[in-house]
Amino acid sequence: MLNAFWAELKRDLLLAFRRRGDLLNPLLFFVMVAALFPLGVSPAADFLAKLAPGVLWVCALLSALLSLDYLFKSDYEDGTLEQLLLSSESSYMLAMAKTIAHWLTTGLPLTVLAPLLAVMLFLPTQAIGVLVLTLLIGTPTLSLIGAIASALTVGLKKGGVLISLIVIPLYIPVLIFGASAVQNATLGLPVSAHLAILGAMLILSVVLAPFAIAASLRMSVSN
Amino acid sequence: MAKKQIMPLWFYQLASPKYCYQITSKLLPFFACAALALMSVGIVWGLLFAPQDYQQGNSFRIIYIHVPSAILAQSIYITMALSGAIGIIWKMKIADMVAYACAPIGASMAFIALMTGAIWGKPTWGSWWVWDARLTSMLILLFLYFGVMALYSAMENNANAARATAILALVGLVNIPIIKYSVDWWNTLHQPATFTLTEKPAMPVEMWLPLLVMLIGFYCFFATAMMLRLRNEILRREKRAGWVKKMITKT
Repeated sequence: MLNAFWAELKRDLLLAFRRRGDLLNPLLFFVMVAALFPLGVSPAADFLAKLAPGVLWVCALLSALLSLDYLFKSDYEDGTLEQLLLSSESSYMLAMAKTIAHWLTTGLPLTVLAPLLAVMLFLPTQAIGVLVLTLLIGTPTLSLIGAIASALTVGLKKGGVLISLIVIPLYIPVLIFGASAVQNATLGLPVSAHLAILGAMLILSVVLAPFAIAASLRMSVSN
Repeated sequence: MAKKQIMPLWFYQLASPKYCYQITSKLLPFFACAALALMSVGIVWGLLFAPQDYQQGNSFRIIYIHVPSAILAQSIYITMALSGAIGIIWKMKIADMVAYACAPIGASMAFIALMTGAIWGKPTWGSWWVWDARLTSMLILLFLYFGVMALYSAMENNANAARATAILALVGLVNIPIIKYSVDWWNTLHQPATFTLTEKPAMPVEMWLPLLVMLIGFYCFFATAMMLRLRNEILRREKRAGWVKKMITKT
């Protein structure tokens, strides 16, 4: 079972690195949208510092959303997904491997890139560590929840906007606790409660989301 | 040997569209009359005869719409998710249709609850909207209904649409306890629950009795609206079945 998990993870990562352009797109989107705020709202440092936690989290969320479209698409189109589901390996582990590969190629780079943008948006330095930590705990949750929506809509021709409609309500709790933890950190308030709730959401989605992803994939393949 | 039945007999009988259509035609007038009677009694009693609130005056009377619709929005979501789950587990077409019938009714209830809350909030809190936990989680509920409806209409195959929306509804079920307990977990502007089954209400009897009547009326209204939509859906999907053709040609 674990062999299949590692094989699937390795395959997905390899495929992702063979298409480096696609890998960069969500990151460029993240940087560009974050750059819109100083230009569109106000470049004043004290104002941006207040805005930064929310802006960074919303941008991370949107770029995670953007990358969901491709999560299962190519495997669905060339029939790989069907073969994977037909195999005797557990579809729970398959869903888990694919989601982890997605996080490693989108969520993790976002987290690494976030401090740079935080400096550009004048986020107080004491909050940067918390920002990275919340993204590190929060983005896997985003990938897991997003993968459910991606699996539900993979068989549809017009998936794009629909994914956002389905996923955004489910992303809101993660956004609330992630952004308010960073907000608290800028004010020097404790953040452990927020981090604990983010962690709880991650654990819950790690345990339950792969079931929903696998069921949705089976539904989409049976089309 | 006959296979052992896990569920009571009526459960299996309801799975037949024909039986379900016949039984709802018997139940429908009962629920429709009850809804009409209870809601008209409740609304007149609540708006005209219930005593004024000593702080809020007459503006509190909107709770006779607000509280039932908010409770219904959550109950309907649970009904939708559970019947979706039944549809997945037992492959029961009727359960899929019930889930399909529930979504727009629930969305309108959530919308009514948010609207009446805003209308009440303006004179009482001084603003139409505050981003507190109860209001936000209720808004998420409305978005979840929209997502379910959008997903349903995007899929062409009925069986797949039912499975997909059932999975989505079950995932969204996480939100229900958050709405329910948001007033206890966070320090919100929204007051704690108006109704609890276990404790004595904080309002006098003359105030909460009409509310109870309205609540039961709303439930009966939901049952009526749901059955009407369900019966339409049964006819639409079973239009090639013999009993539907027979029924149409007879009338």
